[in-house]
Amino acid sequence: MPDGAAKEERRVETLEVNIGPHHPSTHGVFRAVVELDGEIVTDVVPHLGYLHRGYEKTCENKHYHNVIPLAERCDYMAASGNSVAYCLAVERLAGIEVPERAQTVRVIMAELSRIFSHLFWLGTHAHDVGAMTPLFYCLREREEIMNMFELTAGGRLMPNYVRIGGLARDLEDGFLERIRAFTETFDRRVDDYEALLTKNPIYIDRTKGIGILPTEDAVALGASGPVIRGSGVAWDIRKSEPYSGYDKYDFDIAVEDGCDVYSRYLVRIREMRESNRILRQAVDTIEETPIRAVKHSLVFPPQHEIYDKTASLIHHFMLVVEGMKIAPGEIYHAIESPRGEMGVYIVSDGGPQPYRLKWRGPAFVNLEALALMSRGAFLSDFIAILSSVDIVLAEVDR
Amino acid sequence: MGVDRPLTDTVYVTDLERMINWARKSSMWPLGFGLACCALEMIATFVSRYDLSRFGMEVARPSPRQADLMIVAGTASKKMLPAILRIYEQMAEPRWVIAMGACACTGGIYKNYAVIQGIDRHLPVDVYIPGCPPRPESLLEGILQLHAKVMKEPSFRNPRKTRIKAAP
Amino acid sequence: MNQESIGEKLLATFGEETIEETVLFQDQVSVTVSAEAIVAVCRFLKEDSELAFDFLSFVGGVDRYPATPRFELIYQLYSLKHNHRFRVKARVDESEENPASIDSVVEVWPTANWHERETAEMFGITFNNHPDPRKLLLPEHWTAHPLRKDFPLEGTDEDTPDLPREQG
Repeated sequence: MPDGAAKEERRVETLEVNIGPHHPSTHGVFRAVVELDGEIVTDVVPHLGYLHRGYEKTCENKHYHNVIPLAERCDYMAASGNSVAYCLAVERLAGIEVPERAQTVRVIMAELSRIFSHLFWLGTHAHDVGAMTPLFYCLREREEIMNMFELTAGGRLMPNYVRIGGLARDLEDGFLERIRAFTETFDRRVDDYEALLTKNPIYIDRTKGIGILPTEDAVALGASGPVIRGSGVAWDIRKSEPYSGYDKYDFDIAVEDGCDVYSRYLVRIREMRESNRILRQAVDTIEETPIRAVKHSLVFPPQHEIYDKTASLIHHFMLVVEGMKIAPGEIYHAIESPRGEMGVYIVSDGGPQPYRLKWRGPAFVNLEALALMSRGAFLSDFIAILSSVDIVLAEVDR
Repeated sequence: MGVDRPLTDTVYVTDLERMINWARKSSMWPLGFGLACCALEMIATFVSRYDLSRFGMEVARPSPRQADLMIVAGTASKKMLPAILRIYEQMAEPRWVIAMGACACTGGIYKNYAVIQGIDRHLPVDVYIPGCPPRPESLLEGILQLHAKVMKEPSFRNPRKTRIKAAP
Repeated sequence: MNQESIGEKLLATFGEETIEETVLFQDQVSVTVSAEAIVAVCRFLKEDSELAFDFLSFVGGVDRYPATPRFELIYQLYSLKHNHRFRVKARVDESEENPASIDSVVEVWPTANWHERETAEMFGITFNNHPDPRKLLLPEHWTAHPLRKDFPLEGTDEDTPDLPREQG
């Protein structure tokens, strides 16, 4: 063959790789179509909706009380925190004041859920980056927390313990002692996890400088929670707009300036320690008041009164059959969930069912930043960045 | 040909089918198909407290080519269904399906436009495990019932064919 | 600044033609503006130094069927600098000739991108000048808008089938 013969033209093109929806590292049914130039990611197109369960339409067809189990399943990692968010929104809409003991127990449940969620995140994030050991230890802690959830109302994952106006029932004997024992050992356990990862050169190589999210972009893209606190913005709704008695407790906001995956890891580790602090204070300062507000047209009467007093029986009956009728209006209430600003927007038209119920899921909004953070990273870094956003698909897809 | 000497403890006599079934049930590798909340309880069953590896099943393969048992843990939404069917078709026979949780059994609390009202509309399910989410003990009980079912299968005389159900 | 003074400032800047209604309920103010002026109002809310609403929590929709105008769009805002919240609403109607549409606020807050995509597919509202008007959560082959009040909760076999028609 003569050398001068025309050689075939070389063509360079990017490769599109489909990750998900069934994938061990996507933390659920999430699909991302990643455009690769060799090993470098040039673009990411997320495809959502694989766990779309029609939440908002289903809630429009249920009574206000019947939405509580749905609320818990909307963010299954911190289920109790979610039901607290929903009940707070309805109470604000209806103008119900919750007694202090119920507020303190709600804080206990919300902080336990936060630790619960961050532990699972830590285990799976370390697993994604290659460290398999922390997963088993984190899940061991979670079993202890699930034992405590079981003590409240019987459910390990979805206790369904919070009610509109307060709680379902009072605490069991021995519950507070168990929490106190948990808080005493938990700090040492977090030290153990940090000993495995924080100064580990392999972990630092895999996470430091990866997935940079500059501060202005974090605000513009609506990121909240550990994602925005890892980018230097000290915003925590528990401090800026306190709810359910959070202003009584002394705790710090965990903020880091690195804007990368490592900073978000440090923020979540510190948040676990701060949650432990809040738990200790809540258990020491819990009040002795009733656990549910008294408002006959809107709040269920206490269980024992239904068997003794006819008036309570009638109220209970009307609330179950006809539902609670809230005056027309609209409200937006946001809490600090482990992933960020979890907001509930309710429009009421005077009937027993919410006219419109919109969940502002923080993971949904934080995920928008994924493409920006991943451009220019290796494919294996993409997995680390995705896990640092901490998505829960139920919140993303609703 | 008779047996004219007492057999020692190193020789067991059985039929081929029972041996095949015993081998299958003792090392059934799950394809952890965790879709939603039930996935958390499934993972809790895999780790130290409830330990699935005592049944030889801790090897959860993400790839359907290497898995025997598909545990559908969580809500199957209609957008996800083509992916579920494709993954089921990629599993090599013999293959079994466990529907874990209320959503996989019948649709759960989501009786609406977006959720399939039970994946047994499309897949042949062997064991149904109710609960929302079922406790790890329930999942273990369901797995043990599946093992008992596998022991009774005529796997040698009449190997079963598992196919996706035709659309209603 | 408290919410009522923000409402008054908006009214003073834009006048009564643009600011249609101001409602105070349980310490929260919602201001309804005319749909044509939505981008101008949002830009003012973001760029004014006293207001500084740099964080958009969400963009949502409400179907007020059979009232007209049919749809109401909600913009929930927060200021990181001043720690105050606010809500802006805009109403759009739809008819045979003019499907419901409103300008997109993505140029003011980039986070509105996915919120508007979801609102568009759930209600059937078009966002003008949206950089990426694709479906987000629903399957590609569906054409229905589920969050409309006249759409049944359980869907229909024609609009929300389990599988796409070609797969049978």
